[in-house]
Formats: sequence, C-alpha cells, structure tokens
Amino acid sequence: MSERARLGLFLGAATGMAVLLAWGMAGLPAFGAFHGAYALLIDHVVVAQRHATDAVTAVNFDYRGLDTLGEEFILFTSVVGLAVLLREQRSERERPPARAGEEHRFQGASCALRTLTLLLVGPLVVLALYVDSHGALTPGGGFQGGVLGAAALLLVFLGGGYLTMRRLSPHRLVELAEAGGAAGYGMIGVGGIVFAGAFLKNFLGYGTAGELISAGTIPLLSMAVAAEVSGAFVLLWSEFLDQALIVRRG
Amino acid sequence: MHALIPLPVILPLLCAAVLAAVNQLAPRWATDAMGLACALAVLVLCAVLAAHASHRLVYWFGGFHVRHGVAVGIAFSVDRIGAGMATLVALMVSAALLYSVRYFDEVGSLFGALMLVFLAGMVGFCLTGDLFDLFVFFEVMSVAGYALVGYKIEEAGPLQGAINFAITNSVGSFAMLTGIALLYGRTGALNMAQIGAALATHPADGLVTVALLLIMVGLLVKAAIVPWHFWLADAHAVAPVPACVLFSGVMVELALYGLARVYWSVLSASLAAHTADLRAVLIALGLLTALIGAVMCCAQRHIKRLLAFSTISHSGMFLVGLGLLTPAGLAASGEYVIEHAMLKGALFMAAGILLHRFRTVDEHELRGRGRGGDPGLRVAAAVFVLGGLGLAALPPLGVFFGKSALDGALTPVPGYGWVVGVLVVGSALSAGAILRVAGRVFGGWGERVPRHHEVLSAVSELPETLSPHDRTPAVMVAPPLILLIGGLVVGLFSGLRAAIAAAAAQMADRASYVAAVLGGHAHAIPAPHTPVVTLDFLLAAATVLGAVALAVWALAAPAVWWPLERVQGVATAGIVVLRRLHSGCVNDYIAWLVAGLAVAGAALALA
Amino acid sequence: MSALAYGTAGWLFLVGLYGIVTSRNLIHMVICLTVVQSSTYVLLLSIGYRSGAAAPVFADIPPGSRAVDPIVQALTLTDVVVEATVVALMLALAVQAHKRFGTLDPNELTPLRG
Repeated sequence: MSERARLGLFLGAATGMAVLLAWGMAGLPAFGAFHGAYALLIDHVVVAQRHATDAVTAVNFDYRGLDTLGEEFILFTSVVGLAVLLREQRSERERPPARAGEEHRFQGASCALRTLTLLLVGPLVVLALYVDSHGALTPGGGFQGGVLGAAALLLVFLGGGYLTMRRLSPHRLVELAEAGGAAGYGMIGVGGIVFAGAFLKNFLGYGTAGELISAGTIPLLSMAVAAEVSGAFVLLWSEFLDQALIVRRG
Repeated sequence: MHALIPLPVILPLLCAAVLAAVNQLAPRWATDAMGLACALAVLVLCAVLAAHASHRLVYWFGGFHVRHGVAVGIAFSVDRIGAGMATLVALMVSAALLYSVRYFDEVGSLFGALMLVFLAGMVGFCLTGDLFDLFVFFEVMSVAGYALVGYKIEEAGPLQGAINFAITNSVGSFAMLTGIALLYGRTGALNMAQIGAALATHPADGLVTVALLLIMVGLLVKAAIVPWHFWLADAHAVAPVPACVLFSGVMVELALYGLARVYWSVLSASLAAHTADLRAVLIALGLLTALIGAVMCCAQRHIKRLLAFSTISHSGMFLVGLGLLTPAGLAASGEYVIEHAMLKGALFMAAGILLHRFRTVDEHELRGRGRGGDPGLRVAAAVFVLGGLGLAALPPLGVFFGKSALDGALTPVPGYGWVVGVLVVGSALSAGAILRVAGRVFGGWGERVPRHHEVLSAVSELPETLSPHDRTPAVMVAPPLILLIGGLVVGLFSGLRAAIAAAAAQMADRASYVAAVLGGHAHAIPAPHTPVVTLDFLLAAATVLGAVALAVWALAAPAVWWPLERVQGVATAGIVVLRRLHSGCVNDYIAWLVAGLAVAGAALALA
Repeated sequence: MSALAYGTAGWLFLVGLYGIVTSRNLIHMVICLTVVQSSTYVLLLSIGYRSGAAAPVFADIPPGSRAVDPIVQALTLTDVVVEATVVALMLALAVQAHKRFGTLDPNELTPLRG
C-alpha cells in the first residue's frame, strides 16, 4: 500500500477506535471512586494475615504469586532468546582490546567521571540489598532491587571500565544466578506443596509485622527474584554492549 | 489428583531453567533426553487430568480460597476441554522435540529451554481460571514464540518475519490487556467465574462490548483471523520447522480456545441478548478468513508459506464453529482442531524433510526431486498425499468427522445452512494446493517453467540442520509418520466424539463453572448430539473431488484449458491485488489491525 | 477528571499506533510500542485510584486505613517486566538488522511478500 493510502486507512480506523474506546471507558467508575471488592479485601487483611505491611509486594509474591512466576519466566525467556538471537555468527569473532589501558578509551571517560562512579557503586549495591530485603515492609521488592543491583554493575561500564565490568560479572556465574533465581522461585513454590499442601503457599512463620524477618516466604521469594532479575539485566546489557563494542566481522 | 494440577506448568519451567543453566556444559544427547522426558511427563499428566475432569477440578494457588464470594488467589479450573487441549499441546511439543534432535547445533540446549517454556505457557493458558493469569501465560507463549521465529538470523527473511510477528502480536496483547482492565474496573475481580457472576446481573453495555471487542481482537490476532492474519505467513516461512509445527498445530488454535473460554465462562450471560449479532460477526470473520486463506494458499510456491495459508484458512473454519455460540459448534471445532493439528504437524515435518535433503522448499525447484526410494522421501510423499486428502475430509479419515460435526452444527441454525458450501470451497482450494505440491514434487508432473514469472515469494533457504543430507535421519522420519497415522484415524474412535461433545457441554455451562469455582450448585446442560448423516458424505466427497480436480488442473498443460482463459484472467487479476496487500511491511499490518478493530467494533456496537 | 485520566490512556494508545504505522526506523517503532504499552499502565493505575487515600503500605499508617488498590499496582509491575522483555528482543532484532544489512528501515528488509 502507498503511504498515503495507509495513513488514510489508519486515520479513519483510529477515529473509529477512539469513539469505541471513549464509549467503553465511559462505563468505568469515576476517577477516584473505585470500590472493587478484591482490592478492599486485600487492604484490610494483608497485615493481619501475612504480617506484611507492603500490600503490593504481598500481592505480587503471595496472593498472586503465580503471575510473578510467569512474569519471571518471561524475563528468563527473553534472556535465552537474546542469547539465541545475538549468538556468535560463523562470520564474526570477538575482538577485545589488546591492553588494559586501552579500555577506557572506549568511552573517553574523564577522571572526574571515573571517581564519581566508583564512589557510587558501593552505595548503590547497599541500596539494592536494602530494597530487596525490605520488600515486604516498604515499597520495593525483588524486581526493583534486582534492577538496582544490575545498575550498580552498569555504573562500572559508565565510568569507562567496560572490560572491568566483564571481569566482575563472569558469564557463567551470572547465567547460573539467573537460572538459579528462576528455578529457586519454583522450588520455594514446590516447598509450598511439600510443607503446606498448595503450590506457592506461604509455609514459613509470619513473624511480627514491621520486622525484617516477617511475612513468611515473601522475603525469600523476593531474593530469588532479585537474583534472577539482576542476572537477567546484566546478561542483557552485556550482550548488547558486546555487539556494539567487541564483535567484529571477519 | 488435585495435587497433580500445578505440575504440568511447574515441571517444564523448572526443566527449562536447568537446561539453560547447563548449556554448553552437558552433552547434547543428555539435554535432548531431558527435554523430551519432561514433555512426555507433561503429556501423561495432562491426559490423566483430562480423564478425571468430568467434574471440574479447581486448584487454588497459595492455598487461598474464596472469601465472601471474592476469589483471593489465582485458581486453575480444569475442565475436559482445557485438559484435552493441554494434552494435544504436550503431544505436539513432544513430537517437535523428537524431530528437532538434529537441529540447532549452534545453540545447544537453549532451544530445548525455549520449547519447554513455550509448553508451560500453553498448558497454563489452557488450565487457568483467572483472566490476568490468562494474559500472563499468553505473554509467556508469545515471547517464547518471538525468540523461536528469529532463530535463523543470517538471513533478512527471519528478521522481517520475527519483527512482523513481534509487533503485531504485541499490539494485540496490549489491546487484550486494555479489555481486561476495563472488566476489572467494572467488576473489581480478576477471577473469570467471579467476573462472570458479577456481569451476569446486567445486560451488556458499552464497557462490556468494548472489553469483549478488545479481548477478542487480541486473541484473534494470535489466531490469524483476517484482517489480523498477515504475520502468520511471514513467520511460518522463516521459522524453523519444529517451531512451525507448534505455531500451526496448537498456538493458533489455543487463541481460539481462549476466546471460547472468555465467552463461555465470563461474558455469555451478559451478552445473551446479543448472541445473534455476535454470531454473525464471528461467522463473517471466519468465512472471510477461510476464503482468503484458501485463495492465497493456492498462489504460493514456497511450501511452508503455502501450509501457513492453509492454517489461516482452517483457523477461519474453526472460528465458524466457535462463532455459532452453541455447544454443538464448540464440540465440532474441538474435534476438527485435533485432527487438523496432527495432519498439519506431519505436513510441516515432511516439508522439513525436503528442506533437509534439498535445501529448498520452493515447489518449482523441487519438481520431480521427491521421487526416490529413501524412506524419508517415501514418508514425506505419503504425508503430502494422505495429509492433503485427510485435510479434504476424505471419509472416513482425517478431518472427516470434525467437518461433519461442523456441518451438523451449522445446518440446524436458521440462516446459516449455506455456510457449509463455502466451507467446502475453502477446504477444496487449500487441500488442492497441497495435492498439487505432492504431484509436482513427488510425481514430477506440471510444466517445467512456472506460468507466472513474478517472484512468488521465493525465499532462499539456508539449511536448518548441520548433519549430512543424503539420508534423512530416523528421528525426522518417525514423528511425521506417527502424526500422519494419528491424524488420519483419531476421528474413528467413536468414544472421542461423545467425549468431546460432553466436554463442550461442560465448557458452555457457565452456571456450573461459577458453582465449581465459587461454591454452589447448578444443573449441568445436556451434551449435543450430531450424528454423521448422508449429507456429510456428499459434502466430503465434493471437497475431495474439488481438491483433486484443482490439483490436476494446476498441473496440466495450459493448452488443455484455454477456453477458460477469460475466467482465469479475472481470477489472476484478483489474486494479484490480494497478494499485493500482503506486502510484508509491518506498517501496513498495523493499519489493517486498527481498521479491523474499528470495523468489528462498529458491527458489535450497532448490533 | 475521569475524562482526563482515561482519555490520556486512550490517547497514548492511539498515538503510539500512529507512530508505528508511520515509522521508518526499527528503534523508533519499538519506542512507539512502549508508548502503546504505557497506555495500559495509565489505565490500570487510574482505575485503581481512590481519592483521599494513601499508598497501600501500612508501615506508618494503621492497617485498614483508606488505601488505593494494590492489585492494579501489582498488575502494572508485571506489565512493565513484560514490556522490558519484548523491547529487549526487538532491539536485538534491530541490532542484527543493522549489523547484517546496514539498515534500520523495516521496509527495506522485505523478501517476504505476496
């Protein structure tokens, strides 16, 4: 189709779709007037039932834990898919720089940038661990903490040390962390079957609300997800950066 | 029994994680064996569930149950159709894994990991009773599919196919999620039974109609219904054969199952006043798809793309059965799907045998080369001939029983009796194309130089396997043979038809679905009964004769048929226009997606 | 106010689709796809909002006090992860297209036609 015909078709159809969406959304409750029974029930029972003060994490890892298992495996699949799609071709090879001193010429990082990033890596790792472990208590959890952990490693690259980043995150170890996190979540769920009779049932003691060790299996699941997510993101970024910086034809 | 329910989903996910972790460390035979064992275990589990699901089995994850009528956790509610579809999925994945033992030397066990995640996503989709969980498993399926399609990255074709697939299906998924959000906004629930119970009290208004439209479009994009079908031919032409087997055999059909599930378990009560209009819209879409798919099928020379259009055509016919919105139609589509899945899987595997031997799947390049005593080529020939006849509903083999059930479901519904004629034409066209391929490749018939000189989507193919090519390995010969025999004779088991009819009645029974999940009692509705009648034999004979005649006409020398030149000229012009619309350009596909959504929405709104 | 909240979601959906239909660059197309997905976030979160309510974190407010819907927030979190994965896969396809064929224009990669 010519571009004009396509645009005409789309604009006409989009107008129709806008009308339909408006008609459909008119039936929604007014903004701010939501009163869904499911949500209200969770808000009322989450602290008493699970001794977890963060309702969103409790929903993610306990009430609707199966969705999180699926979502975790979607991330896992995309990493596996990425490894398949960006695999080394017969006509390519990796060509890392000859000398270590050459590495931060990749990005032309200045001394100020390198110092600042080195200073930030530590606090970021601590923040990541904090967000992971306090998932059941305050906003946060495995996904958020996992991304922070991966970002701490990415900071090393941003400071001009791409090869250092590769050395700090050996491929095998990261792959193992990623697959281990994914399988770990599944195994804790199986633990629910073994110890409590239903998959992903919370089978550990709930402790006291507001303490670090509370809410049963929720912090454990959070940690497993954190391992998986940081491993996944480090693998993703390494694959893309390899493609940009190291892989050469012929 | 209850405890088995989560296992068909957890087992493949855990095995996939292990396979990815041991990539390059463990020998290939070990990872292949593990993957195959896992798939077979899932097959056995699902078959056991299907055998025991005559009373719905409900499993609550996290140990939650219903509190004050509110479903607090996620439930798997397993009925016979869901477990039956899961069994079919596991069977096809096992066959594809066995077939692919010689494939994918470059990525080792990663392919097995992708296939197992694909399996888990599909099984979860079949068994779940929660609307958002349905979406999550739908996405698991989709993401594994995107990775599988783009496997052969050395060529431009797979990149284009993967991009088209990913973008169109993602837009469809977002539409579906918008629909789910609308239903959540109205009912405050995500459990399908609970939403159904909440909606049943009022007739459908704008929100429910638009939610139905959005969820329907999301699923029909995956089901390759016109005008959302463009991606399927592109993806099938370039995906490796084991992936094509699964896409055509079960993924497309699963999307239609999802539509049936959402309709019967969630929306059927609130849409009761609009049943006739919804029926008209769905059957119109189905017929359009059946005809366009069949015509495009005849115009292809790339065998995998030809088989893809045949799948599109059959998908339209399944939608006609579902679109009747009766238990009889549901049962007919169910039976048809099983027979089609096995035959289409066998056909793709046979195309894979040809690709393995001759490094091409172009019909004209392969002319006559299929003749030979090699067992692989003999099996491929048998699959194309018998598979083509089976898809043309040669009585009593192949899809004959499924087709007759579909005809039997259509004739009693007032105003839709003529649809059976259209289905005959569609089936004859697509089966005729397959028989034409069989004649040209394995018989050497047909003219030497193709009549049409324009490039008929000929795509050069790099080989998908690295093993020697003068013999076909046994693991590539056994699965298509088994699937061919299975697809031809499965309809003959009379118990199967009765079981599917009862299963369809169970699925269509919204009241007892709600009762099983939320607690309560309801009376079951009776199973439909559509016996095979003489009309079915006549229609099947017409289809087979039409298919054979078409194949003969296509292979015969042009001089014999010149009186029909005028007709042929008009038909060719029409086909050229149709083929130009399949431009390969994803911008066009999205424009058609929105256009289809707007037109379908207008039809539903004004009805 | 409802019109603004839900209308934003609808507008994002349509504008993202417009971007995809008129796009000539794979990376641009992928970003437009993320815009389409953002519309689902806005819709979900707008649906769950309750006026005058706090975040559903009961660390410093008494349990049972008025809070917004935690379910839609969990759904949005799942949605975000799904988007990230799809974007990653499509960007990998874009990288391969650029590397092997020197182009990011999807219309130049069309051997599959008809």
